[in-house]
Amino acid sequence: MPRTGSLTDDLRESEQFRRRTIVAFLVVILMVTGIVARLVYLQVVNHHHFTTQADQNRVTVVPLAPTRGLIFDRRGRVLAENLPSFTLELVPERVIDLDATINELGRYVDISQNNIQRFYDQLQRKRRHDSIAIRSHLTEEEVARFAVNRHRFPGVEINARLLRSYPYGPLAVHTIGYVGQINEKEASKVNQTNYSATSYIGKIGIEKYYETLLHGQIGYQRVETNAQGRVIEVLDSIAPKPGSNLHLTIDAELQRIAEAILGDQRGAIVAIEPATGNLLSMVSKPSYDPNLFVQGIDHATFNALNNSPDHPLFNRILRGTYPPGSTIKPIIALAALEYNKIDANTSVFCPGWYSLEGDNHRYRDWKRWGHGHTDMKKAVAESCDVFFYDIAFRLGIDHMHEYMTKFGFGSTTKVDISDELSGIMPSRQWKRDARGLPWFPGETLITGIGQGFMTATPLQLARATAAIANRGTLVTPRVVRAISENGEEATTINLIDTVSEPIILKNENHWQAVVDSMKEVVHGAHGTARKIATNSPFTIAGKTGTAQVFGIKQDENYDADDLDKRLHDHALFIGFAPIENPQIAVAVIVENGGSGSSTAAPIAYQVLHHYLTTLADYGT
Amino acid sequence: MELKENAFQRWGEQRHQSWLVRRMHLDVPLTLALIALSMTGLAMLYSAGNQDLDLVYRQILRVGLAFSAMLVIAQIPPDQLKRWSPWLAGLGIALLIAVEVAGDVGKGAQRWLDLGFFRFQPSEIMKLALPMLLAWYLADRKLPPSLKHLAASALLIAIPVTLIVKQPDLGTSILIASSGVFVIFLAGISWRLIIFLSTVFAACLPLAWLNMHDYQKTRVLTFLNPESDPLNSGYHIIQSKIAIGSGGFYGKGFLQGTQSHLEFLPERSTDFIFAAFAEELGLIGGLLLLALYLFIVTRGLVIATQAQDSYTRLLAGSLTLTFFVYVFVNIGMVSGLLPVVGLPLPLMSYGGTSMVTIMAAFGVLMSIHTHRKMIRN
Repeated sequence: MPRTGSLTDDLRESEQFRRRTIVAFLVVILMVTGIVARLVYLQVVNHHHFTTQADQNRVTVVPLAPTRGLIFDRRGRVLAENLPSFTLELVPERVIDLDATINELGRYVDISQNNIQRFYDQLQRKRRHDSIAIRSHLTEEEVARFAVNRHRFPGVEINARLLRSYPYGPLAVHTIGYVGQINEKEASKVNQTNYSATSYIGKIGIEKYYETLLHGQIGYQRVETNAQGRVIEVLDSIAPKPGSNLHLTIDAELQRIAEAILGDQRGAIVAIEPATGNLLSMVSKPSYDPNLFVQGIDHATFNALNNSPDHPLFNRILRGTYPPGSTIKPIIALAALEYNKIDANTSVFCPGWYSLEGDNHRYRDWKRWGHGHTDMKKAVAESCDVFFYDIAFRLGIDHMHEYMTKFGFGSTTKVDISDELSGIMPSRQWKRDARGLPWFPGETLITGIGQGFMTATPLQLARATAAIANRGTLVTPRVVRAISENGEEATTINLIDTVSEPIILKNENHWQAVVDSMKEVVHGAHGTARKIATNSPFTIAGKTGTAQVFGIKQDENYDADDLDKRLHDHALFIGFAPIENPQIAVAVIVENGGSGSSTAAPIAYQVLHHYLTTLADYGT
Repeated sequence: MELKENAFQRWGEQRHQSWLVRRMHLDVPLTLALIALSMTGLAMLYSAGNQDLDLVYRQILRVGLAFSAMLVIAQIPPDQLKRWSPWLAGLGIALLIAVEVAGDVGKGAQRWLDLGFFRFQPSEIMKLALPMLLAWYLADRKLPPSLKHLAASALLIAIPVTLIVKQPDLGTSILIASSGVFVIFLAGISWRLIIFLSTVFAACLPLAWLNMHDYQKTRVLTFLNPESDPLNSGYHIIQSKIAIGSGGFYGKGFLQGTQSHLEFLPERSTDFIFAAFAEELGLIGGLLLLALYLFIVTRGLVIATQAQDSYTRLLAGSLTLTFFVYVFVNIGMVSGLLPVVGLPLPLMSYGGTSMVTIMAAFGVLMSIHTHRKMIRN
C-alpha cells in the first residue's frame, strides 16, 4: 500500500487508534450498562407497577345488569315479566346522516312515524355516544334482513335485550305502574354503581315503590380487551343477583271483572280484605297500556293521554280526592252515639230542610218533602240529611274530626304504592292554616253529610269501611303479600306495618248499631241500596253516597238533564260482606255517575258477589 | 514487520478457515452473530405481528437481500472502496439535493426519491458514504489531523447532515453526524479540542431548539415528561415502558405479551419491537440480546484494530460505533431514556431500507478484515 508517512508514523497512528478504540469501547460498555440499569429499573424495580398498568390496559370491568324481578298476582299469574326482544339501535355519534340512515333502514325494517318521533325525542335527552333504540320487538325476518345489509349501516346495530312487558296490558296499570328509561334526575338518586348497567327504572306504582327489591344486584364481568376496546376473552365474572319477584294480593281475575263492570265510566273501585288489609282489586278508569312507556313513549301518544279530559294517567284510587258524601254517615252516627248525642231510638223530624237558629239559610235534604220522623237506623238506611245536619250541629266539628280521623281520613293510608294523597279532613285548625278563616257553623252541617271541604280517596273509604267491618281495627292496606327469589318458593312477609292502632269505643255495642244501620241500607225495605240485594246469597252492610260536584243555589233544583255531564253528581258506595264474617270491603266511586244507589251500589254488589261466590278459589 | 500482538488482537483470529469461507470473504464470528440476530428478529416479528406469516415472509426476503448486499460488498477490496469514497459521497449529496427539490413526502417528511420501480432514501447512502468520505480524506494526511483538516472535515459532515435535518429526519441525521464524528475522534483529535468543541456544541443546543420542527420539539418535551400528553405523543413511550416493565425478569413468554398482542403498544413490529421483545422475554431476554449486540460491536472494533491502514481502521471503527449508536438510541428511546426519534432496532425491526444499509456496512467490515495482506511473516 503506498504510504507517504514513515513506518514510525504508521506505528504511532496505529497505537493512537488502538487507544481511541479502547476509549470508545469503554464508553460503549458504559452505555450498555446504562441500558441494563434502565431495564433493571423498569423490569425488576418497577415491575409490579407496570404489571398493574398493563392489567389496567387490558382488563375492563363490564357491569352486568340484573334481571328485574317479576310481578305475580295472588294466584301466580304473571303481571310483569321480561321478554327477550331484538331492538334496532343507533349510536348517533357514529351515524353520519341520521335522517338518511333511518330512511334507508325503513327498507329492511318496518319503522313507523311514531318510532321516528320517539327516537328524535330521546335523541335530545341522550348523550351522543349512547345507543338509542328506534324499534323494538323485531321479527326474526327483520333481523335477518338487516343482518345481510348491516355493513351499509355504520353505527346501527341489533341488540337482544330483556324488555319489561306487561302481558295484561292496561289491567291494574295504576297499581302495577310501569318502568321507563332512567332520566338524569332518577340517575342521581339511585346507587350509581348498582345501576351502571341498568337502563330502566320503576316510574310509578309498585314498580316504583318496590324498585329496590325488583332491581336486584349488579354483576360484573372482567374481560380482556384490545386497544380498540374489543372484547378478546372473558376472564371471570360475578353473576348479577336478579331482583326479587313480588306476589301481589291483587287477583287478576277479580280485577278484570271489576274493570269490566265499571266499563267506560270514569271512576274507581277498591276491594280490600278487612282482616288483613290485602287489596283484592284496585280499579281506576279510564286506564292505559303501560307497555307504551317501556321503550319511551312518543310525544303524540303521551300528549293524547296526558291531555285527555278523562285523565287516564290519573290514579283515582289513591290520588283521586272526592267529597265522600253520605258514605261517611255511619261514622258520624257512631261519633254521635259515642258522645251520647243520640241513642238508637233518638228521633229527629225531617221536613226536607234544616236551619240553624238565627239564620234563615235552608240546608236541604236530598228528599224534597223530607223523611218525617227519623231515627238513626232509618237515617242511615235512607240517607236522611236533616238527621245528620242535626247531629253534626250537636257534635260540633271537633268531635266529628276526632272520629273521622280515627278512621284514617285526612291522612295517607301508607299503602305500598307511591304518590298517595291524603285528602282533607277539615278542622278549625285546618281552616285557619289553609284558608286563614275561622270555622263557621254552617260548615259543620255540610261536613256531617260529607260535603264541603272534606275530600277522601277511594282507598281511604275502603279502608274506613274495612275498619267498620273489623269492628275497630284500622288496617294498613297493602298490595304485596310475599316475595320470592328466582326458582324459590314465595315467602309471605310483611314488607310494611300492616296493623294500626285499634279504634277503641267507649261502648263496643255501638259497632253493632252502626253495622245494623248499614245492613238496613241494603236489606231494609226502604234502604237506598235495597235493589241490589234482592237475591243476595250473603248479607251486606253498605252505604250509598251522592256527592255534589258543584253547589246548587238556594232556590234551584238539581236537574241532571239540564247539566253538563261533568257537573253531574259523583255516585259512591261503600260496603262489606258478609256482615257476620266480613271477607271483603269495597268502595266504589263513579265520577258524574248520578246517584250512589242506582249507579255505584250495583257495581259494588257485582264485585262482592263475584268474590264471595268464588271465594273458595282465592285462599289467602 | 512485527506487529505487537496481544490477546485483544488475537481474539477471533481464524487460522484454520475453510476454503469456502476464505473465498467468500466472510468473518465467521460476525456472520454467525448477525444470523443469530436476524433469526431472533424474525421470531420476534412473528410474535409482534400477531403471527402473521406473510409479514415474516416479506421480512425474510429483506433479510436475504440485506445478507446478499453484505456478501457482495465483502468481495470488494478496501482499496477499491477507498477510491470510490469521494464519488459515492458526491452521488449521495447530489441525491439529497434531488430529494430536497423533487422528493416524495411520506409521513410528513421529504425523504424518499421515487425511481419508478422503487422508492429509496438517499440518506441511507450517506450512512456509508460519509464515514467513507471522511476516512478517505483523513487517512492520507498526518494524524492527528491539523485544525485545517478538521475544519474541512466538519464542513464535509455539515453538508449532508444539514440536508437530512431539513427533510426533516432527526434520527438519521444524528446517525450520520455521529459516523462522521467517530472518524474524527478515532483519527486522534486532541482531548483538549474535544472538550472545547463539546462546550461549544452544548452552547449551541438552544439554537438547535429554535430551529427544530414542532413535532421534534414535541418529542423532546414528551420525552422529558411523557405523562404530559398521555393520549398523543406520550402514548408511545408510556405504553412502551409498560410493556417492558410488565415483562419483568423472566418475561410473559413468547407470544404471550399482552401489550403487544392487544395492540396497546404502537409500532410494535417496527421501531418499538424491543419493547415487545422485553415484554415477552423479560430482563433475561433483554440481556441476552444486548450481549449479542455487544458481541457484534466488540467484533467490529477488533476488526478495526486489526486493520492495516488508516482508511480501513477509521472506516471500520466508525461503522461499528454507528451501529452501536443505532442500538443505543433505539433501546434508549423505547425504554424512555432518550426522546422518541424514529430509528429502527438493527436487524430486529420490520422494514427493509435501513437493514440493507446496515448489512452493507458489515460487508465493508468483512471486506476490510478478509482482504488484509499476509504481512505477519
